[in-house]
Amino acid sequence: MCGIVGLYLKKKKLHNKLGFYLSGMLDNMSSRGPDSAGFAIYNNKVSKKYYKYSLCLNSTSLSEFEQVVKQKFKDITIKNISDHIVVQTSTTPKKFISYIHRNFSQISLVGYGRSIEIFKQVGNPSEIVKKFKLENFSGSHAIGHTRMATESAITVDGSHPYSTGEDECLVHNGSLSNHNNLRRQLIKKGKTFDSLNDTEVAAGYISQKLSENKSMKNTLTESLTDLDGFYTFIAGTNKGFAVLRDEIACKPAVIAENNDYVAVASEFQAMAHLPYVNKSNIYEPKPGVVYTWGK
Amino acid sequence: MGKIENLDFKKNTLRKINNYLQNISYKNNKREFTVKNPSGHHAICAGLTENISVKINGHVGYYCGGMNQKAHITINGNAGTGLGENMMSGLIHVKGNASQSAGATAHGGTIIIDGDTSSRCGISMKGIDIIVKGSVGHMSGFMAQSGTLLICGDAGEALGDSIYETVIYLAGKPKSLGVDCVEKKINKKDIKKIEDLLETGKIKKFKVKDFKKFGSQRKLYNFNIDNISDY
Repeated sequence: MCGIVGLYLKKKKLHNKLGFYLSGMLDNMSSRGPDSAGFAIYNNKVSKKYYKYSLCLNSTSLSEFEQVVKQKFKDITIKNISDHIVVQTSTTPKKFISYIHRNFSQISLVGYGRSIEIFKQVGNPSEIVKKFKLENFSGSHAIGHTRMATESAITVDGSHPYSTGEDECLVHNGSLSNHNNLRRQLIKKGKTFDSLNDTEVAAGYISQKLSENKSMKNTLTESLTDLDGFYTFIAGTNKGFAVLRDEIACKPAVIAENNDYVAVASEFQAMAHLPYVNKSNIYEPKPGVVYTWGK
Repeated sequence: MGKIENLDFKKNTLRKINNYLQNISYKNNKREFTVKNPSGHHAICAGLTENISVKINGHVGYYCGGMNQKAHITINGNAGTGLGENMMSGLIHVKGNASQSAGATAHGGTIIIDGDTSSRCGISMKGIDIIVKGSVGHMSGFMAQSGTLLICGDAGEALGDSIYETVIYLAGKPKSLGVDCVEKKINKKDIKKIEDLLETGKIKKFKVKDFKKFGSQRKLYNFNIDNISDY
């Protein structure tokens, strides 16, 4: 099953409400995915020199990590929420990510970029939302997921959103049947994967295409041929997000759009609490058609 | 449950509201009810059995009015997947759009959808009349067995795929017809039926002559040894 949600705020004055609105959306989607939940927030873009890394500490202690890392990288700042940290540093992804993998094998990198922050954990979505204090987050847009696990384990690595490129992320309701084959092809092209999850492969596929200078619209249009299976995707970048349903369209999605925001969710009940939603233009994304919103 | 005025999802649970509506006595003088703040909840007004009239003010989730018997349900909003699934009799009127599989497997009664409906409208329908004032999505009327599907707008891909004895009247264009679904000649019986459906749906914009009739070619009814390679 799984529940997916996305919210794009068109007006700056609403940005401080992003977390509040999204927490309600995720909470409402608990029924579709009680196993794990996660969300990606696009906010507080850092200056060109810096990067933000979202990490899940798992069993590593924060103080131990802080001590070691602060000695190694001088300009580092660490924001801690529950078992996640957002690290800000000028160290490039290539250096920093391999450093983490080498020295802190217990820590999972959940995402990185200049704007994105990702938090995900196993357990009931309504509790996860509280744990990460999602209500307090502000930003321009966000994507979330509640998971009913099917093909891979209930772990942080098996939870969405998946981020496989700078400021990129993907949530998925459905299942892919050719992910093993595609994973092998992408590994040959130099991509790495942390889990056996099908969505991570789709995220890797999208990152690969985007890195070949393809637009999100073209990337997702090509995915209709290359990805075999059932899906409704919400794919995020620092500019906004895109929605795609496969051509059979077994997996639901509904969009509500007005002057203030665009909300996407698996079911209408996820957005019933949003302001003026009943007066919005409400429609279902058509099968096989890419919808994008952004700056 | 308390007062019947509290058919409000802000004040009561789905189970309590449904339970109340499902147990209206046939002796009860009050026959009209309004449900407030449905907020996309699933299975609202499922399993009603009495001749009552329920107005739902807002958007509903999946399976609204499922298994309905006798009740008249009006939805002032949109409906989610499986509207009136397996309905037996009565009427459901959606003022907005309906999602996929509207009227799936329904045996009787009428569904009126003022807007559009997405894929698989009337899938495996077994006797219901479905009136769609807008368009329908792909695979509508899939394996539909009996009853009538009247569509004022267009139809998506594979309209009436593997259809049995349901009759489809379409004013717009089908993107494509499904396997074994063909256009048929309109006869006197069809004219009467279309007139009746237009009246039921209070449709003035369309006349009988606007509609084309589609139904089964009945070529899939029996096993054909020549098609063995297709199985």
